[in-house]
Amino acid sequence: MINKKVVSVQEALQGIENGMTLLLGGFGLCGIPENAIAELVRKETNNLTCVSNNAGVDNFGLGLLLQKKQIKKMISSYVGENAEFERQMLSGELEVDLIPQGTLAERCRAAQAGIPAFFTPAGYGTEVAQGKESREFNGKMYLLEYAFQADFSIIKAWKGDTAGNLIFKGTARNFNPCMAGAAKITIAEVEELVEAGTLDPNQIHIPGIFVQRIFQGEKYEKRIEQRTTRKRD
Amino acid sequence: MALNKEQIAKRIAQEVKDKYFVNLGIGIPTLVANYIPEGIEVEFQSENGILGMGSFPFEGEEDADLINAGKQTITVLPGASFFDSATSFGMIRGQHVDLTILGAMEVAQNGDIANWKIPGKMVKGMGGAMDLVASAENIIVAMMHVNKAGESKILKKCTLPLTGVACVKKIVTELAVLAITPQGFQLLERAPGVSIEHIIASTEADLIIKGEIPEMRID
Repeated sequence: MINKKVVSVQEALQGIENGMTLLLGGFGLCGIPENAIAELVRKETNNLTCVSNNAGVDNFGLGLLLQKKQIKKMISSYVGENAEFERQMLSGELEVDLIPQGTLAERCRAAQAGIPAFFTPAGYGTEVAQGKESREFNGKMYLLEYAFQADFSIIKAWKGDTAGNLIFKGTARNFNPCMAGAAKITIAEVEELVEAGTLDPNQIHIPGIFVQRIFQGEKYEKRIEQRTTRKRD
Repeated sequence: MALNKEQIAKRIAQEVKDKYFVNLGIGIPTLVANYIPEGIEVEFQSENGILGMGSFPFEGEEDADLINAGKQTITVLPGASFFDSATSFGMIRGQHVDLTILGAMEVAQNGDIANWKIPGKMVKGMGGAMDLVASAENIIVAMMHVNKAGESKILKKCTLPLTGVACVKKIVTELAVLAITPQGFQLLERAPGVSIEHIIASTEADLIIKGEIPEMRID
């Protein structure tokens, strides 16, 4: 067993420098690496290019990095629900590249799997297609999209072991498995870190080979963005 | 009388057939889940990674790790499954999802749809909409026929940045059900008590009108 465990979030994030490109897991506030984000805020790492489906909300998730103006460029599919983001984007302080959600996921998976580029129909005939190569297959048009090239992937899982094997819970899975191994170094934070051999190999969602560093987050707030309920009859 | 949002959802629910896997967009489409006809088997897919999505949880039973693509807390039904985003869009692009229901700001008579951006005003992003409309065989749009200023959103040509080209098959609005045919919009049904003249006046695009146009049946 190759031990991937690091003792702290500080150790996990070593080597992340100003100007780097990061892939960050999560959908809205669900399944985001909240301990690593808090540490990036504390470290004041800046000029970051962040690839993440969303940009958090004003005072949580990636919104915390936006507040401190640590992000130079965001690559996302949906960025509503964040007033500071909108302000920085409209004023030109923040570069924003909006891309289709499936394309975002596939650009991660391609990077993970050593596929440099792929064709997808999403965005053909729209402004997303500007400057992109297109090609017809079986009578339908597709756009050429490239795998991400990132320095670090920062992902969050429910359980992990010291070998870096990961198990996700519910819809907190989302982009996290796609980003594992999609950058030069992958950092996984987990709610519960156990010794290798404890988890059933049949139940592993992401094998440890895709993860270089793993740590147990100190605490998880797991904020809910849209609390919706129904009444009991 | 023009339909309200719940009634638009009720009418669209009649388009959902037995054994369909269905993706519901944010807004009116989400309401469709409440009106699925009895006796048919349907599974809802949410692109953030779930098949077999159930209703909202009871108060106190919300789970931060269980949301839909609108970031709302949800529940799961027996037989549900979770998966990552790449797999989710594999289902969508691979045409394993039978029906996509989504909202729109504008639809054009060739099936073009615009629903993600108003230049200079609203830029929230396309989310999964571009992947959905580029791949789905069967796309139904839930939308308002006219905007708050009374201007038609059913157009000869979209004015806003497109989400997808020549993809929408059917539209349900507060006034009418329209099909998109190779010749353009065809009026299929009208809202109860709404005249054909009113629909024509509310539609910038040309309408194909053949024979009697029945009223929508909304219970």
